[in-house]
Amino acid sequence: MTTTDPQTRPAYKGLAGVPLSLTPLTRKDFTSDQEVRWCPGCGDYAVLAAFQGFMPELGITRENTVIVSGIGCSSRFPYYVDSYGMHSIHGRAPAIATGVATSRPDVGVWVVTGDGDALSIGGNHLIHALRRNVNMTILLFNNRIYGLTKGQYSPTSEVGKLTKSTPMGSVDSPFNPVSLALGAEASFVARTVDSDRAHLTEVLKAAAQHRGSSLVEIYQNCPIFNDGAFDALKDKDSAAESIIPLRHGEPIRFGVGGRLGVVRDAVTGEFAVREVAEVGEEALVVHDAHREDPSYAFGLSRLTDTGVMQRSPIGVFRDVERPAYDDLAREQLELATAGGVPEDALQDLISGKDTWEVR
Amino acid sequence: MPAVHTLDRVVIRFAGDSGDGMQLTGDRFTADSAVFGNDISTLPNFPAEIRAPQGTLPGVSSFQIHFANYDIMTPGDRPDVLVAMNPAALKANIADLPRGGVIIADSAEFTRRNLTKVGYDSDPLTDDSLADYQVHALDLTGMTVAAVKEFGLSRKDASRAKNMFALGMVSWLYHRPTEGTLAFLASKFASKPEIRDANITAFKAGHAFGETTETFAVRYEVAPAPMRPGRYRQISGNLATAYGLITGASKAGLPMFLGAYPITPASDVLHELSKHKKHGVTTFQAEDEIAAVGAALGASFAGHLGVTTSSGPGIALKAETIGLAVMTELPLVVVDVQRAGPSTGMPTKTEQADLLQVMYGRNGEAPVPVLAAQSPADCFDTAIEAVRIAVKYRTPVVMLSDGYLANGAEPWLVPDLSAIEPIDPAFATEPNATDAKGNPVFHPYKRDETTLARPWAVPGTPGLEHRIGGIEKAKDTGNVSYDPANHDAMVRTRQAKVDGVVADIPDLVVDDPGREDGDGAKVLVLGWGSTYGPITAAVRRVRKEGHKVAQTHLRHLNPFPANLGEVLRGYQRVVVPEMNLGQLAMMLRARYLVDVESYSRVRGLPISLSELARDLITVVDEVEGRSNDEIAAELARLRTDEVRDTVEGQHFDTDASQRSAPAGNGRRTAVATAVSNEERQR
Repeated sequence: MTTTDPQTRPAYKGLAGVPLSLTPLTRKDFTSDQEVRWCPGCGDYAVLAAFQGFMPELGITRENTVIVSGIGCSSRFPYYVDSYGMHSIHGRAPAIATGVATSRPDVGVWVVTGDGDALSIGGNHLIHALRRNVNMTILLFNNRIYGLTKGQYSPTSEVGKLTKSTPMGSVDSPFNPVSLALGAEASFVARTVDSDRAHLTEVLKAAAQHRGSSLVEIYQNCPIFNDGAFDALKDKDSAAESIIPLRHGEPIRFGVGGRLGVVRDAVTGEFAVREVAEVGEEALVVHDAHREDPSYAFGLSRLTDTGVMQRSPIGVFRDVERPAYDDLAREQLELATAGGVPEDALQDLISGKDTWEVR
Repeated sequence: MPAVHTLDRVVIRFAGDSGDGMQLTGDRFTADSAVFGNDISTLPNFPAEIRAPQGTLPGVSSFQIHFANYDIMTPGDRPDVLVAMNPAALKANIADLPRGGVIIADSAEFTRRNLTKVGYDSDPLTDDSLADYQVHALDLTGMTVAAVKEFGLSRKDASRAKNMFALGMVSWLYHRPTEGTLAFLASKFASKPEIRDANITAFKAGHAFGETTETFAVRYEVAPAPMRPGRYRQISGNLATAYGLITGASKAGLPMFLGAYPITPASDVLHELSKHKKHGVTTFQAEDEIAAVGAALGASFAGHLGVTTSSGPGIALKAETIGLAVMTELPLVVVDVQRAGPSTGMPTKTEQADLLQVMYGRNGEAPVPVLAAQSPADCFDTAIEAVRIAVKYRTPVVMLSDGYLANGAEPWLVPDLSAIEPIDPAFATEPNATDAKGNPVFHPYKRDETTLARPWAVPGTPGLEHRIGGIEKAKDTGNVSYDPANHDAMVRTRQAKVDGVVADIPDLVVDDPGREDGDGAKVLVLGWGSTYGPITAAVRRVRKEGHKVAQTHLRHLNPFPANLGEVLRGYQRVVVPEMNLGQLAMMLRARYLVDVESYSRVRGLPISLSELARDLITVVDEVEGRSNDEIAAELARLRTDEVRDTVEGQHFDTDASQRSAPAGNGRRTAVATAVSNEERQR
């Protein structure tokens, strides 16, 4: 079915088993003929452009690429990428993608979802896909609002949010998607920002390297219903003080002139932001995304503002190896068929052992 | 030696505490009877609680088996023999036993405490209250413990083998072969030698007790039933469903992906399919019913046969995804093993009340083909047909089974798989259209002119990349479209595609013996699903009383067979028995404007054949113009006959003219009737 040798292994571990294209592909190959219809200035445009630019780098064929989305603005995404895709129903994309990934080792699977889709109506499927570690990359576009339904508060909106459905302010506490994913035993969890194409691409590549479920939370601006939600992280003047960059193997340090850093209390294990001048450089946490104990990454995720966004860690929180559900399921199938299945095996099964003859 | 009496048929009910192993006992007696060559029909009846409080009425578990020397249709309305392992089992079942029936009770369990627990003031085994029955009060527990004492088990463990003692004794009483059960016990408990030996010893001791004691003055024989030559096995509906799905997938050359969430009474299909990875079956136990069908649909998109199995409450949760499958036009098989509802209802009891749910329980115009199996073994053929329609027409298909079919068993002439027609998945492999510039392109909604099915292009096929989803599609291209005329056309096209499945459905055949000679019936009884057995048995009884009644049974609920309207209009009165409040009757009235009469029972049990027979006789008498007094007289005579015949060990549906071997494809058609307490309720 493919033009390439299925035995060829791509450089990306998360895509092992997916055939590579014989000819180099370009961004154009991943662009469909459909007109993109998001609002002007929507952060989704930037993510789509980064995705289409990054896909050719993976080297896999378009026909072995499947994108599954749910419902919401971001879930229109599959229409714009010229691969196989399904724009499914609200919240169910991780479940549908689980069926695709488990039945087809030769297909790279992406899920595109939003904060309402993945964390509200589809919360159950998200946590269980992560728990099982099904081989797929989940792009969670978090704009902290319901956009398609015209501006209700979402499960990531801050308390007190004024929206059409909360004229006196929301009294709902929000999820921290990274904390949630880590609590659900996710093996790869990262966060990035729609407007930082270089970082976005870097994180997507890391996700493609990861075998199993990868959750990438993308802070995405909704210019119509929640404009400026992430300005603190995006504004050139404030970004240095707002983004806590996570780079594996490096001290977690930020702020103007690197004046701030993250320290961890040796007794409680809690993380905190301190002046480097106060605690000393050697006191800073050196980021280790490969740490087995999820409480480390969870602690880091708690540095995220829960109210109006002023500060947030960005980067790969956790990237550890754990067997993927679909690999294990296929292994059982291979084990059961090892040595071949005789032609009459099914007839034998149906005939059964306790039979009698009527003459 | 006791005298040996020959009987045509016997109904035995084994009843005990849910921890007493009654289901296993019944299964073994069934297997031994089947191997002996009797026709069989069974009805397990057990509480939803895994271990309800010991010795209580809600904790009673029973297994009824009907075995005969001719082809039977039901597990029998009422037992001839009741094996009661404790006072609760006696109390819960005695009302179903006709006067003169046999009671075998474990007297060791009739203690003061156990009697009080179920509200007996005195011991019914000794207080003469059972004078109308033939009572054998035996210390089954004590004899079992004594028989197995050499194995050094505790009294509690030793007494667990009392079900095998009882089985051994009843096996002797009815001349059952014992090799099967002995081999079964040796294999089942192979890893626990002392338990194995205790069970085997108890079984043999029970058999020997029958042989040596003078308790039983009469021993019975039920000769093998004439059946079409061939190799037989016994099969339950859930097992037949699993085998049918595997066979269907295999015939289509497709790996199967089952997404399922545990639910009574469908879980056994998941259990069974999870054993068959060797046959290319992947099973996914999902986080919920929605994920189960979602993953199955994802697998179908990826080119597997997606299947999901559930019961009513689960089907409700799957509705939106089934709608997505209607819209994306992908093959998907949805099995609904119905149980008594609404809501949680009675999970272990049977019902047919999901018909309207699977027909109409989705948003928008979302038609799906619906099939229903009519007997346990028929689940095999029905499942294969569901796969065939799903693959050919690129559509979700619902197969209806129910709790009775799921757990009931019957003999099955093992099919020759090579005789089953292959199913062509006909994957799309190349572009099917050209764009404005003349370049080849793929249109995912360009349809086959005959079937209206769209092409199935699976990931990995170069050049056929496409996007599908729940939003309305433009004709051919499948692009998003909000065009009013397009939507109207697409809604009608999806409906026309499902309606067009009728081309693959044979015309309905009516069993109306006198019709060809111009002497046909004026009353038609029409059913669907698991009521086939009780209806057929009731029709036999009505005919035996000298009345004319025609019978037909629907497997296809959507679309209906092409000649259904003509069939309905060919009779003065049409009676539709259902285990719901008249759901098929409503569909028939709406579709054909025929004034069908609904006969509905929702007791969580199969319809009683004797009760249905009386109703049909009333209808026939009315059509024939008999007066109310004449009808009442006939019904009164029937009731008297029924009691007399039961006491004499002979039965109404022992109709020599019906003792033919199963026709045609060898599919057996024995289905259930009530175990029921309905006599009491009347």
